[in-house]
Amino acid sequence: MAVQSIGEYPIIMKDKIENFNGNQLVFINWHAHRVVSSPRAFPLPPEMPFAALLTDIIPICYKIEPDFEDLDFDKTEVIWEVDGEVINPDFSKSLKENGVGHKSIIKFITPSLTGKVGV
Amino acid sequence: MSANQRKKRLNKKDAYKYMTRLGWDTTYQKEEDVFPYLEMEGLKIHDWEAWEDPFRMTMDSYWKLQAEKDKKLYSIIDAFAQNNGQKNISDGRYVNALKLFITGITPLEYKVVQGFSHAARAFKGEGASIACQMQAIDELRHFQTQVHTMSHYNKYFDGFSEHTTMHDRVWYLSVPKSFGDDASTAGPFEYLAAISFSFEFVLTSLLFVPFMSGAAYNGDMATVTFGFSAQSDESRHMTLGLSAIKFMLEQDADNVPIVQKWMDKWLWRGYRLLGLVSMMMDYMLPNSPTSWGESVELYIEQNCMALYKDLEKYGIKAPTDLINTIVAEKGHLSHQVWNIFYNHTNAAAFHTWMPEEDKMNWLSEKYPDTFDKYYRPMFERYIELEKKGERFYSEVLPQICQVCQIPMGFTDIEGGNPEVYTVETSEFNGEKFHTCSKGCKHIFEAQPEKYIQAWLPPNQIFQGNCGGATIPEVLKWYQIDHGVDNLDYVGSPDEAMWNKLKNK
Repeated sequence: MAVQSIGEYPIIMKDKIENFNGNQLVFINWHAHRVVSSPRAFPLPPEMPFAALLTDIIPICYKIEPDFEDLDFDKTEVIWEVDGEVINPDFSKSLKENGVGHKSIIKFITPSLTGKVGV
Repeated sequence: MSANQRKKRLNKKDAYKYMTRLGWDTTYQKEEDVFPYLEMEGLKIHDWEAWEDPFRMTMDSYWKLQAEKDKKLYSIIDAFAQNNGQKNISDGRYVNALKLFITGITPLEYKVVQGFSHAARAFKGEGASIACQMQAIDELRHFQTQVHTMSHYNKYFDGFSEHTTMHDRVWYLSVPKSFGDDASTAGPFEYLAAISFSFEFVLTSLLFVPFMSGAAYNGDMATVTFGFSAQSDESRHMTLGLSAIKFMLEQDADNVPIVQKWMDKWLWRGYRLLGLVSMMMDYMLPNSPTSWGESVELYIEQNCMALYKDLEKYGIKAPTDLINTIVAEKGHLSHQVWNIFYNHTNAAAFHTWMPEEDKMNWLSEKYPDTFDKYYRPMFERYIELEKKGERFYSEVLPQICQVCQIPMGFTDIEGGNPEVYTVETSEFNGEKFHTCSKGCKHIFEAQPEKYIQAWLPPNQIFQGNCGGATIPEVLKWYQIDHGVDNLDYVGSPDEAMWNKLKNK
């Protein structure tokens, strides 16, 4: 069932990358952590180093999670996924070079920190 | 003295005929030019006369009936105002349910005036046109009477006054707005399947019953009276919905798969929209007549399934996958939605709060398998933080679903992962599109050209179309008065007003 129309139906890409003023849209999700009530959205420069996620983005997003104080990116085991594929990020390289594109989902899984709240 | 005898009045049957059968066959224009939408959706209609108009109402009787109802309603609204009815509600928190209604649902009533007027013009059958026209006028009356009923609260509480602008701009109100826009930009037959059938017939009990019985349980007699005033209209709308679906199904066997797709789509669209109602029922009503979970059991598992059973003879099948998800989510939905709004109350036009102990116990009792295990500990921690003066507000924006536009906070309960957010991804024209569920993904993939144009509030903020890049700038554009309309109920001007009204 395509769109039914009495005329030609236009293709309007409302969220194409050109509309984001040089940024790309990136979504972040700490696996199984539910205090932060959904994955979060950010407009980020594709050239931003991956390491900046750890220092600038994840803290403002996830400091409310009880697990956050135990999250130490130097020590905690972290599995990184971009769009469902496990990656080994090069933290000094850019988001783009690490395979993060427009509307990519970056998910990080911490097997030792499972998001249990009060249990 | 005139010899002319006064003409005999028409009998009821003839009067009905002359006042409703206003159609004609085209002579100098092609029929498809005059009715361009008739064949667009692929539905085959052989006999428009088979459209039953169960009410056989004419305009003169309609005006008379509605005028009487308005007269009763407005005298009660006046009495409510004169007796300071706002003092008799259960608690100041209750008015937040009304704020959600007037910003989310009331403007939708107005939207469907346009939708039904368009459907009335698009149909060739006069029975169908007249029913749609009457419903359009009903909905206009509902919009007006809802605004008038709730205007009394606007004298005392915040968050009511800018409801029409908010409906067009505020992030969570894009959920009902996009629902209405999706329906009214479909063809006229899908519109009836969406609004008349799925919304007014299948799901209305999950919207109006909780609001009106909720009003009754919380001392809001003005809103209860509005409910009664709309009730006979609603029953007419429900009958239109069922007769419309049966008409489409009976006209041609080829219509069945088309109608089935619409029924599936709009059941899911409606269900996701009602996620807002679930939190209203379980959290925003100080006295809850019934829980969301109990309502799903009654209206979905029993009534809705019985309805599908009735339609089986036409070849319609119950959408088992969707129903299974709805049933699986029933113990989680309202808690997850409330958490979303608790996170983002700094950008909302109503207040949220953490439930007090007796409400927590009610939730434990109503949701024995889920509340204590997954939500109570999280909420008790919020309360501890509040006591330390560290009430949590999200500083960042949510990822929202491309179809239902709700933040993607629904977890994979059916898959046995109630702590993991569901994200479905599709591709179209070289770009990724994310949805919150299989139901929304399926809707996206059936008509991607439609949903790629969705005006998603976080994305629009990032694109610079919502007043600025910071939360204060966006709130100003939303017409949300920071520190007044938004933030926690505790410490709000609403709470101070309630305490003043109750001499606390």
